[in-house]
Amino acid sequence: MTATLEPVHVAAQPSRTLLDRVLRMRELAILVVLVLMLAATQADNGAFLSEQGIKDLLLNATILVLVAVGEAVVVITRNVDLSVGSVLGVTAFAAGDYIQGGGNPAVAFLIAIVVGAVFGVLNGLLVGIGRVPSLVVTLGTLYIIRGLDSVWVGSREITAGQLSSGFVSFGHDGVWAIPYLGILAAVVLIAVAYYLRDYRSGRECYALGSNPQAAALAGVPTRKRVLGAFVLCGALAGLAGALYLARFGYADASTGTGYELTVVSAVVVGGVGFTGGTGSVYGAALGALLLTSINSVLPAIGVSSVWVEAIDGILLLLAISLDRVVALRVAGLLRRRAREARSADHG
Amino acid sequence: MAENPDRRWGGAVRWDTVVGALLVVLIAASFSFVGDFGNALNISFLIGNTLPIAAIALPMTMLVASGEIDLSVGSTVGLSGSVMGVLWNDGMDINMIILICAALGIVCGLVNALLVTRLGLPSLAVTIGTMAAYRGIAQIVLGSNSVTDFPQNYLNFGSGRIAGTFIPDAAIPWLVLAALAVVVLHATGFGRSVFAVGASQEAARFAGLRVKRIKLSLFVATGLISSLTGVFWVLHYASATYDNATGLELSVVAAVLLGGVDFDGGRGTLGGAIAGVFLLGTLQNVMSLVNISAQSQTVVTGILLVISVLGPRAAKQSALARARRTNRSMTPTPSSSFL
Repeated sequence: MTATLEPVHVAAQPSRTLLDRVLRMRELAILVVLVLMLAATQADNGAFLSEQGIKDLLLNATILVLVAVGEAVVVITRNVDLSVGSVLGVTAFAAGDYIQGGGNPAVAFLIAIVVGAVFGVLNGLLVGIGRVPSLVVTLGTLYIIRGLDSVWVGSREITAGQLSSGFVSFGHDGVWAIPYLGILAAVVLIAVAYYLRDYRSGRECYALGSNPQAAALAGVPTRKRVLGAFVLCGALAGLAGALYLARFGYADASTGTGYELTVVSAVVVGGVGFTGGTGSVYGAALGALLLTSINSVLPAIGVSSVWVEAIDGILLLLAISLDRVVALRVAGLLRRRAREARSADHG
Repeated sequence: MAENPDRRWGGAVRWDTVVGALLVVLIAASFSFVGDFGNALNISFLIGNTLPIAAIALPMTMLVASGEIDLSVGSTVGLSGSVMGVLWNDGMDINMIILICAALGIVCGLVNALLVTRLGLPSLAVTIGTMAAYRGIAQIVLGSNSVTDFPQNYLNFGSGRIAGTFIPDAAIPWLVLAALAVVVLHATGFGRSVFAVGASQEAARFAGLRVKRIKLSLFVATGLISSLTGVFWVLHYASATYDNATGLELSVVAAVLLGGVDFDGGRGTLGGAIAGVFLLGTLQNVMSLVNISAQSQTVVTGILLVISVLGPRAAKQSALARARRTNRSMTPTPSSSFL
């Protein structure tokens, strides 16, 4: 797709601190919305934020947070991975199939992650070596992986009874209201955020997404970084697949169908722009938390479930529109400041 | 640099030609080797089931050629069908309902268009949002009901075929629409400007093209055709439910891209897109006839899609390599081979 003019990028140089503040405000804004929403729901329905309520909120968010973190890294490099739903489905079944055959749950996690990473390598190679649009390639691999999954799985299904009890209780239990899955997701989130912020190769992902040509000229190994982003995304989708199995105790050939669009929504609500080079994984994780929380809040305040999807969609549209309006305002402000500074120099 | 690899290869390796040839080969092979393929009933099923994708692929091709995309088409189909079901339950006249559905489609397209052109948002993000929103509104409107008791003559139009032939009734309006679309995209100034916008939005704007207006009209056309397809979908399957045509957007996009329309905009033909649609439709039909499960068929769709983007690029790379060799040996290149 043709990227539209981005006045923000042009005007960003003169005053980085202001832009930084606005970008940080983006995550703060989601957090404020989230807190307000939860507080209002709690006021309306006192049982909402009970120990079990908080635990459910976090459990619901965990899987989406993990996949959204991987997706965010891919989107930051100005690509997109639509195959995450299919990867989640096939890895969930692979993990279940292994445990069902008497395998060790820890090894099952490893298998899920490795299978996901292999599909990430496939995506990354096709996008990096073939230099073809990632949306088309990953739309293709979405179908291929789902099809292979169906051929392999057929009409079989994995149910909680076939899994080891330790694996299933890992998917439900936790320390007080904090589920183990949530702790795992938080560790992954912090590690990826630290990598993107403080490692050279992490910064190069932003450079690459911001301007691929300039990054290549500046010596960034673009294919390697794109490959790395896809591998990370695939591995996290694989981990999420194993967690999905632990959490829901069920997997079949259609597990994870359509999940890619939920993941992309979470990333976009979290302020990671499709034009690449902007946003953070914290934003994506907050976006995921916000989306899954809404799905818990609406039933808790007595809104019929038929409203949920429409509200999700409208929220996504509001988020990106607001984002854009704020960006345009800031760009205008920065341009005015630059003009004033210039005329002051001349005067 | 501006060497056009397609033309260097004498036109024979243009991707849309390849897809068209594949389609012909597939149909010929199916006639010869798949027993149940050739009868009139099966062919009419094939065409009837492919028509929704074929119809939406027409404006989608133009939209992708202009550098945008619309993922909300499946939800627009569902919303249009749901509104049709609810209004019919309320006892409204069916012709009036179809007009309202058409207007609804225009509104859906307009919402996408305004968010993309006025706010400058990427159409991918916008239409993922409206995809959820339109589907959600369909769910609010119709709930989990399904409406089936539409007037018989309309249902006959949706599923019947012209007496004595294999051609579904609804194929006739589609043929008219397709002819219109081909003329508009490939033989008018508007069509040229669509490609110009897709090739370089900035250059098109500086050349005086009304980029926003062109994109707006394409989004509105996509919304309108999607909502009319929604009406057809309800009549064809004799059922209006909120989840009609879920996932149709990816099938349409896959078919259009398979037909060689460049995802980056600026290149593609409607002939290629239509060939892509019917190639996927025929493949699905044949695979069902030889008892390959619907889910497994998606492997073939996916592989074709990946080949469709890798194939032309590989051809381009090798053509460029050949061009470099030719230039090194100082052979003058005929001017006709420049873009």
